[in-house]
Parts: sequence; structure tokens; C-alpha cells
Amino acid sequence: MAQTLYDKLWQNHVVHQEDDGTALIYIDRHLVHEVTSPQAFEGLKLAGRKPWRISSIVATADHNTPTDHWDKAEGTAAIDDPISRQQVETLDANIRAVGALAYFPFKDARQGIVHVVGPENGATLPGMTVVCGDSHTSTHGAFACMAHGIGTSEVEHVLATQCLVQKKSKSMLIRVDGELGRGVTAKDVALAIIGRIGTAGGTGYAIEFAGSAIRGLSMEGRMTLCNMAIEAGARMGFVAVDDTTIDYLRGRPFSPTGEIWDKAVAYWRTLTSDEGAQFDRVVELSAADIAPQVTWGTSPEMVVPVTATVPDPAKETDPVKREGMERALQYMGLVPNTPISEIAIDKVFIGSCTNSRIEDLRAAAAVLKGRRVAASVKLALAVPGSGLVKRQAEEEGLDRIFVAAGFEWREPGCSMCLAMNADRLEPGERCASTSNRNFEGRQGPGGRTHLVSPQMAAAAAIAGHFADVREAL
Amino acid sequence: MEKFVKLEGLVAPLDRNNVDTDAIIPKQFLKSIKRSGFGPNAFDEWRYLDVGQPGQDCSPRPKNPDFVLNQPRYQGAQVLLTRQNFGCGSSREHAPWALLDFGFKAIIAESFADIFFNNCFKNGILPIVLPAAEVDALFAQVEATPGYTLTVDLPAQAVMRPDGKAMPFQVDAFRKECLLNGWDDIGLTLRHADKIRAFEERRRVEQPWLFAQ
Ligand code: SF4
Repeated sequence: MAQTLYDKLWQNHVVHQEDDGTALIYIDRHLVHEVTSPQAFEGLKLAGRKPWRISSIVATADHNTPTDHWDKAEGTAAIDDPISRQQVETLDANIRAVGALAYFPFKDARQGIVHVVGPENGATLPGMTVVCGDSHTSTHGAFACMAHGIGTSEVEHVLATQCLVQKKSKSMLIRVDGELGRGVTAKDVALAIIGRIGTAGGTGYAIEFAGSAIRGLSMEGRMTLCNMAIEAGARMGFVAVDDTTIDYLRGRPFSPTGEIWDKAVAYWRTLTSDEGAQFDRVVELSAADIAPQVTWGTSPEMVVPVTATVPDPAKETDPVKREGMERALQYMGLVPNTPISEIAIDKVFIGSCTNSRIEDLRAAAAVLKGRRVAASVKLALAVPGSGLVKRQAEEEGLDRIFVAAGFEWREPGCSMCLAMNADRLEPGERCASTSNRNFEGRQGPGGRTHLVSPQMAAAAAIAGHFADVREAL
Repeated sequence: MEKFVKLEGLVAPLDRNNVDTDAIIPKQFLKSIKRSGFGPNAFDEWRYLDVGQPGQDCSPRPKNPDFVLNQPRYQGAQVLLTRQNFGCGSSREHAPWALLDFGFKAIIAESFADIFFNNCFKNGILPIVLPAAEVDALFAQVEATPGYTLTVDLPAQAVMRPDGKAMPFQVDAFRKECLLNGWDDIGLTLRHADKIRAFEERRRVEQPWLFAQ
């Protein structure tokens, strides 16, 4: 029978299955960061259990780490906030005690956001199950992986057993055909999809992204797209293997070599949905219809093209939805029917596991080159996703473009995506952000987040308000 | 994990779609390396008028009188009633820890986000999905009736209203067993240790690239 990519990935990892369909699924790669792991390591220790397979673990510190003044003190002493420092040091101690395939501690040359670090080191390989105590683990689905976020109890479960107890999800195919217009990116595709199916549209599904527009995306673009699958409610999203996948992986530190590489590639080539495979739901979008997107509310589904206006709750018939819109507009300080391009911003954030890879920085820099951030913008931050991304960007001279335009060029980390460190919005401040969540308070209590692509963030930085990047290119 | 069998509890209504885990427990409280003590900061940004800091005593903080869980009639609630896609966003298990610490043992909604739903079971919280019409009716009854309680009967897989109406719900057989017995998942999985080992050995031979040292 014709199988979907998801069927193949699932089947390849079932260790044991109960009559009700509950299965024990083997985990190949376990990514670990400082925020969701301490209680799991402690639980393991208290129960007197040993980790099952240390070589599955790749760890880094990213959420709490500061993005500036790394050299002001030795090691973790450069982290001012004592509780953040304690969490980072707890991870250091846990990995020291337990071991790992790789650990990129604070300030390491390869440290960075866990979902940037895994793929760029070849620690994420096609056909793997990849888990992490972080919902954006869906990012790794770009490599045809079954990759999803887990809670801390499950982190402990994977540490102790190398398995998870799972039930198979339903399958959804999202096909985007045609060619993306100039200035339209994977981020816009992701937001347009969420705008279409809603933030709960993918709940209970594993999403496969396919179609010529997806095939045309680089691995960076595919990661951006799969990263946002969770914002569409799906625990995971993935893209089938093709030449782009294999070309990306060749020569990465943990990629196989020699004969094993050839054997791996032969297997990876099978990681596609068979002709005629059946999905539980199919959604189709035309790439040509997608314009640069801007969110206006407090949920990623509250999104419109940059050419549109802020929606009017008076036109919504569902009372719960209407009230939700009114609450969002009030929180965001917006008036219905205002053109998106008239919304002025206070801060700009280019970074996060959605959009902090080299391609994102190049795209933003292309817009910024020879231009200046508007005087009304209080802070514009560029935060590379990892030490390796940062170094490459500097080799290409992108840092100089950012700085000349008036951006601050920072050290890698999650930064203002969730504002656990010092990078954050003040109450009422409005931000053009390349991150993935515009929830209330996400970037700082009272902060107002608008999700956009890196190009759109750059265009907004220059204009001081949202602007259609297609006119700036 | 605490067992969950039957619960009769006061119901608190949170009439919103898409309540995310950032709202349930804001990020500054995730810096803790413990599993407990998150209750006073559950819904922190909605519950208090100031900005909360980790480690702070919350009792003198100014409360937001408009936030529903601050109303005297809902104090001591054990059942949370809400709408669609509850628990969306971040995978933080601190969200169920905070809700449990606050006192909630069951959550009734039209739908839940996957990861949150899963995390509830790991902590002895029962998440219950009911049809929109029944959730609507419950909201109307809760708001009209001070002291409104519901009985959640896990063995019978039903929520009982005070007027005698029983609303059946679905729950996975495996998860139900775990909740009823308060079982530790890891112990259960380790019963299959031999199978896991055999699977792993086969994999090591067939796909050696997955086992880089
Ligand atoms: S960048 Fe943001 S979304 Fe990504 S892992 Fe860090 S905090 Fe989470």
C-alpha cells in the first residue's frame, strides 16, 4: 500500500505496540537545554536511574544566556541574573555528570539556539526521531524527521528509556504550488498557512509540507516553515528528502562519511510519501497568492497581508471570536481598519529559531544595505542563531551592514524571542519581530509583538512603521 | 504521581479561546529548577496588576479584580472550564505544574493543544474534551450559579452536572489506567527494556549513522 512519509517514519520507530494503538517509539536524538531539563535530571537521579544512551544527547544553553558583554567576566559569571546563572550552571553540572554526544555550553564557539545548533552540526539527520523539551523542535522536520516538543516528564522518560509512549497522529498534507513572489519568504508561507487553518487547525495532525514552492525552499526556509508547524497546532511538520536536504548535510561535523554516508543517502532517498498515499486532510495554497504577512493580534492566526488593514471585530459573527479580537486589539493598542503600513514600531528584533540562520541575516542585510534605521526606532537587535552563524555572517561582512544601519549586533541565543534574559520590550512597546509567538507578554510584560519575516523586519526598521518590503527591494 | 479517580469540585470559568502556556505561567518563573511552587504565579500577568518576579512573596501584590479567578466565588476551584485550544504554545510543563499547584485537578475544554494535553496526564491532571454545545451550557450554568460544582468520574468516563445530566468523554485506555493507579510511566516502559535493547541493536546494524559516538 502507498505510504505517507509519516507512515514510514512512524513504522521505523515502533518498539512495541499495545492493542489500543499506544506505541513505544524509539528516540534517536535528544536535544537538551537549560530551562526544561533540570527537573528531569533531578527526577532521574532521585529514582536511581541511569540515562539509557548518552550518545543521543546534544545539549546547549540558549534561553537564559545574555547576548551582550560576554567578556565582562569569566564563564557563567557574565550572566548577571543569579537565577538564570544557576539554571545554566545546573545544565553544566548535569551534562558533566551524565555525558553527551556534544555539549555547547555558554560562550562555546558552537553554542546557540538548540534548533539552529542541531542541524548545522549534522546532529539532525533524515529519518530520525528528534525530541527536545521545547515546542519548536518541529523545526527539525525540515530534514524528514519525526521531530516534536515534549514536556519535562517526557524528557526524563527519554533519558531513562530512550523511548516515548505515543499514539499515531492523523496526517495532513499542506501543498503550496507555484512560485513565491519577490520579497515573499518561508515565514510568510508559514503565517499564511496559519491564517488559513488557524492555530488549532493542525491539532492532532502531523503535517507534511509539499508542492513546488516548498521544494524550491532552501533548508533554512524549510526549517522556518516546520518551526511554525507548532503555531498551527501540529506537534510536528516535515518535508520529504530531496537533493537540497542531502547537499546541506554533506560534510557537517556529525554527518556520516565514506561508505556509511552512501548507505545513509540511499535510505534517506526513500523518505518521501509514495505516489497515491492517502492523507486525512489536504490543504492547498497557491504560492503566487501569498503576500508578505504581518500579525496584528495576540495569536499567530491573527495575521493579514501587509497591504491590508487591521480587521474589524464588528464584522465577526462568532461571539467568542469577536470578544477575542476585541481583547487582542485592546492589548495591541490598535484601532480596527487602520492600514497595517501606518502602524509605527518602537523596536525591531531579528533572531529566534524561526529566523536567525545565515540566509535570514543575508536577506535582512540586503534590505538594510546603505540605509538607516528610522530615528523613531528605539532599539534594533540582530541576534544570530548560533556562534557558527555569527562567524559566517561576520566573514561575509553582514555584521557591518547591520551596525552601519543602526542595529545592535549581538551574541547568539533566544534573546527577545521570549525575553528570559535582559532583552525585552517595556510595557506598551511595539516590536517588529522575526520570532514565532505574539502572545501577550511574550517579549516582555505588556509588550506588543508583530510577527514578520526578516526582510519585513528590516523594511519596518528603516521606515519606522510596517512597510511592504517588495517596494524596498 | 497522585491518583485520579473521582472528583467533585468547584468550577471556575475562563471564557477564552487559545489560552497559551505563556499566559498560564510567564517565562520569568521558568528559571526555577524545581517542580513545585508555581501556583502563586499561575496566570501571573492576568491575575496581578504589577509585574511579578521569581522568588517574590505574592501575597501583598495588587490583584486584578477583573480577572475571573480572583473573584471570591471561585476560590478553591478544582475544575477549570475553558474554550478552544487551551494550553497552546510553549511545551513548558511548568504550565500543568502551576495549574495543579493552584488547585486544578481537571480541565474541561472544547479542545486542547497536543503537548499540554499530554503533559497534564503526566501530572495527574485530567483534561476533558466536551462538545462546544455542552461547554456553552456549562458556562451558562456556572455563571448563573454561585458554588457550582461538577463531578468528574474517570472510571465511568463522565462529567455529572448538578441537575443530573451526565456528559460522557473519551480517554485513552492506557492513560486512564495510569491516572487511576497513579503509575509512573518510566517504570511501565522499563518493563519492555529487553525489546528496546533488541530494537536498538538491530538499528545499530541497519542504520549505523544514527549511532555516532
Ligand atoms: S528562539 Fe524562541 S522559540 Fe526558539 S527555542 Fe528559543 S525561546 Fe523557544
